[in-house]
Amino acid sequence: MSTGIPSRSRLAHPRGADETPAERVDFGRRVLVVRRRRIAVRLEGRSVVVCAVLVLAAAGMAVLALMTGSYQLSAGQVVSALTGGETGIVRDIVVEWRLPRVVAALVFGGALGASGAIFQSLLRNPLADPGIIGFSQGSYTGALLVILVINGTYWQLVGGALLGGMATALAVYVLAYRNGVQGFRLIVVGIGVSAMLASLNTWLILKADLEVAMAAAVWGAGSLNGVSWGRVVVGGACIAALLLLAGMLSRPMQQMELGDDAAASQGVRVSPARLGLIVVGVALTATVTAASGPIAFISLVAPQIGRRLARTAGITLAPAAFVGALLCLAADYIAQHVAPTPLPVGIITVMLGGGYLGYLLFTEARRRL
Amino acid sequence: MSGAMTDIARLHVESATIGYDKRIISEHLSVAIPDESFTVIVGPNACGKSTLLRGLSRLLKPSAGQVVLDGADISSYKSKEVARRVGLLPQTALAPDGITVADLVARGRYPYQGFVRQWTEADEQAVARAMNQTAVTELSGRLVDELSGGQRQRVWVAMALAQHTDILLLDEPTTFLDIAHQIELLELFTDLHHVGHTLVAVLHDLNHAARYGTHLIAMKDGQVVAEGTPEEVVTAELVEEVFGLRCLVVPDPVAGTPQVVPLGRTRKEKAV
Repeated sequence: MSTGIPSRSRLAHPRGADETPAERVDFGRRVLVVRRRRIAVRLEGRSVVVCAVLVLAAAGMAVLALMTGSYQLSAGQVVSALTGGETGIVRDIVVEWRLPRVVAALVFGGALGASGAIFQSLLRNPLADPGIIGFSQGSYTGALLVILVINGTYWQLVGGALLGGMATALAVYVLAYRNGVQGFRLIVVGIGVSAMLASLNTWLILKADLEVAMAAAVWGAGSLNGVSWGRVVVGGACIAALLLLAGMLSRPMQQMELGDDAAASQGVRVSPARLGLIVVGVALTATVTAASGPIAFISLVAPQIGRRLARTAGITLAPAAFVGALLCLAADYIAQHVAPTPLPVGIITVMLGGGYLGYLLFTEARRRL
Repeated sequence: MSGAMTDIARLHVESATIGYDKRIISEHLSVAIPDESFTVIVGPNACGKSTLLRGLSRLLKPSAGQVVLDGADISSYKSKEVARRVGLLPQTALAPDGITVADLVARGRYPYQGFVRQWTEADEQAVARAMNQTAVTELSGRLVDELSGGQRQRVWVAMALAQHTDILLLDEPTTFLDIAHQIELLELFTDLHHVGHTLVAVLHDLNHAARYGTHLIAMKDGQVVAEGTPEEVVTAELVEEVFGLRCLVVPDPVAGTPQVVPLGRTRKEKAV
């Protein structure tokens, strides 16, 4: 043969002693290997740099957001308020009024980014997000029913949204279940159920009184208005726990990008891993939706932007989460301070995401043709 | 089936019923993979070849009977433990977007890795050696998407080799390759067999099976029709029985192994 298959002498018995000297593997990109005692980790250099830059950018954006408002502050005042150097009105503005919203944007954005990464990896589809299995439309239906039928309180609204979203996700999962769940079937069933619920939601709004319909529409757009420390802490704790779970499932998730058969033959328990990832992915989005309404598109675009920046193989969680955090904060800044009138953050993310989606569909279509 | 062999073979199937959902492919199937053989499973489309391979790799759990690995029911092992003993090159493996060769080969180390133990010295050596064995070391930094079909298939073999298993299952590994790359890959398998791997491959080409396999299993309608050396299995009678093809079996002029020449029409003859 013309290609260089090695002669037999270079082959070693599968379990035989390794007589060749230590060889380094060339990954074609810079990798950081850390080996200390029981820890042995390989990180992609570019991912580490990209994540660090994203964190710095988010910190900068956060300071800017804390400065801006009807009472303008300087960067110095913000930093000194955060480090405990200010008292009185400046401290109150920064720490009590503006900081919860900034933290919420970062944490919720990160959760949405990670959630999208999970779904895009599982379904091997750059257009996948929790919405694909009906979560968004279902939670909207739940919230609408609470607003329109029982005219409920904030916490009833939260419960209704969670219930609606989870019930829809479960229904889609069960309908798509046939000897395990296949990505493509999940997408098709999800799109069908979402379409049905979307028309139900439209009908509900059309039947409602004008003011009630307006309130429902604002919730449906997704907004960080009125976010308090209480809600941020509850949501943040849930999200931290879920991100930890997602991190633990990220290795099976990466393995499953090779296909179910390959992953299973390498020792991944595919069905439980997939169910776990779906539950964590839905729960991440559910937490955000419950606190702020459905903030659209971050879960869709953050994983793809993260992947393109970090040039990772397949979808990885960390860049997606950091991009999501930065995007959400930037979108909320635009919604509050750049738009002529303050808007729900979801409106801005829809505009950003819509443009991105168009771009993605355009390039995807060109590649396929 | 020879009972003695079933008792000693590391990997064998004991009167198993294997299938999908309600569609049973094989019933009461018993078959053993001789240790350190290069076993090739042959048979017409939809005869249950790949299903058997899926059963052997635990991708499919028999609804009755069992698959036995090293003396115990394969489903009684932890999944990573099976993956340290039996590797599989599936037909449907997908390369994630933007993955490099070395990264893909390194994925084969999963059964040895844990949450904080992800890339040990042993992992690195196994990956380096697997790439060496399949001659893809020079490609290690390249993107898998950019490789030719033959190179890509060698990378997948490297991934399976990095898994460091004595037994390696190959599901139609030569499909979609041109003839030169098919032979190159089969010779690579022969080399792996010579250094001690037990190989089980599903192949479509009977001539390849007879030339490179040391043990053939012929299947039809979910059952084993014949097994043994290529000379025992590849006969004109058996090919007609299993594939419904009338043929002549002549010795391969190079290797002397049986070669199938169909007795159909020649290009000059018209349909009767």
